[in-house]
Amino acid sequence: MTNQPGADLHLPEGRRAGQPCVNILHYWRAMWGIIGRELWRFVTQRERFISALVRPLIWLFVFAAGFRAALGLAITPPYETYILYEVYITPGLIGMIQLFNGMQSSLSMVYDREMGSMKILMVCPLPRWFLLLSKLLAGTGVSILQVYVFLGIAWFYDIHAPWQGYLWVLPTLMLSGLMLGALGLLLSSFIKQLENFAGVMNFVIFPMFFMSTALYPLWKMKESSVLLSKLAEYNPFSQAVELIRFALYGQFNEHAFIYTLVAFLVFMASAIVGYNPSKGMMVRKGGG
Amino acid sequence: MKPSIALSIENLSFSYSTKKALDQISFKIRPGECTLLLGPNGAGKSTLFSLITRLYDTREGHIELCGFDIKQQTRQALAKLGVVFQQTTLDMDLSVMQNLRYHTALHGMGRKLAMQRIQQELERLNMYDRRFEKIRQLNGGHRRRVEIARALLHKPALLLLDEPTVGLDVPSRLAIVEYVHQLATDEKLAVLWASHLIDEVYPDDHLIVLHKGRIKANGTVNEVLKITDTAMVKDAFYSLTQGDQA
Repeated sequence: MTNQPGADLHLPEGRRAGQPCVNILHYWRAMWGIIGRELWRFVTQRERFISALVRPLIWLFVFAAGFRAALGLAITPPYETYILYEVYITPGLIGMIQLFNGMQSSLSMVYDREMGSMKILMVCPLPRWFLLLSKLLAGTGVSILQVYVFLGIAWFYDIHAPWQGYLWVLPTLMLSGLMLGALGLLLSSFIKQLENFAGVMNFVIFPMFFMSTALYPLWKMKESSVLLSKLAEYNPFSQAVELIRFALYGQFNEHAFIYTLVAFLVFMASAIVGYNPSKGMMVRKGGG
Repeated sequence: MKPSIALSIENLSFSYSTKKALDQISFKIRPGECTLLLGPNGAGKSTLFSLITRLYDTREGHIELCGFDIKQQTRQALAKLGVVFQQTTLDMDLSVMQNLRYHTALHGMGRKLAMQRIQQELERLNMYDRRFEKIRQLNGGHRRRVEIARALLHKPALLLLDEPTVGLDVPSRLAIVEYVHQLATDEKLAVLWASHLIDEVYPDDHLIVLHKGRIKANGTVNEVLKITDTAMVKDAFYSLTQGDQA
């Protein structure tokens, strides 16, 4: 009998003692398992799908229509002509969909942890960073589906972007979705109970959304408050919105891309630390 | 030749800030051994399970699963582990099959092998005909059966059960207790079963009595009865825990 650990004990079929337990196929299957589960849950939860769309549509049909007369917009890149306010806030509302979706994923992580189903994920034989990244990809996929449905409805409301823009925006949606999802993951590692989630709404989502270029351009904000415009400029959500805005018109905003990418890496790294049993918040909270 | 060890715990301690939850715990479980972990509420059973499953970090002491250090070789160690948590961890809105497929994906099993293993485990528990039902439609006993089937899909060497029969009716409880004992005997599976229900102990079981973070007794049922000079497990338990409620 071999002296290798576990050699004479049960092993999954197709594996022999001494072989590495994990391989690329294992990672691939696990990632698709996580993404598939998230997508299935999303399509079967019709209320979630509808409410995710109703929010930005109300902003578009009601708020933007009312604001159109009050707010004059100068021609600023990427726009080459005067535009309606509805056109201006469309990228902001796309960002809003992804912001709320990121927070929704974070909420579901807290819920899963309270309900215990998070434990099943955490005790599977894969590194935690990979499991968190897979969760994040799953949430981002869901948010991209929502965005394209929203853009489809906006099309019928006469908000048109060049057709290439609908393709160019896809990779930027991926990055912005990952960044906002990673922020949600990071927050979920700090939130102990579901009840604390209301605080996230008040202290993260609303300030992030209103203190950004989603609803008003920076120059307009500067007219009323320089401080506010500075805060909006440094807000990663603003940069994600600008990245989407430019991509929708076939342009690449390098500054916004780098800013969003760096924000994603920082949020993701912090979330991984937050979920690490040796270093993070899990022990103090009760693990899992 | 050394006997194989499924779980080895040495000098394990754990504290929540100033409160010591586990204090210098050491024990071993061998394949085919069904070990009942008995202890009153707050004895440290759940903390111990969280450390074995790596949900908590091991700061003092050493845990090995089938020779793999849980801290250094986490993934290899976790691959050997099947767990049934006290709280249901199934997704209520998904079917039995979807829940089990999710688990097989997390363990990297291909579709063919996954379907084969799911069929084997569900048939053993008379649940295969209900594989397309949503978990929400199942009663507590059937949900537990699905969880046990799930924990066994990847053929673990050690099965951890954290009070799996809590809240179940008597027939469901007896069926699960019988099934797990049979698994230990027939499949040479090592089992660590946390319980506060003394009637779940079988005469051939191994017993560990945990109280206030310390092991008060560790041995076969007969050995524990002998050291406590009692005739029944219930009396031995009360004698070791000074009558604290289980």
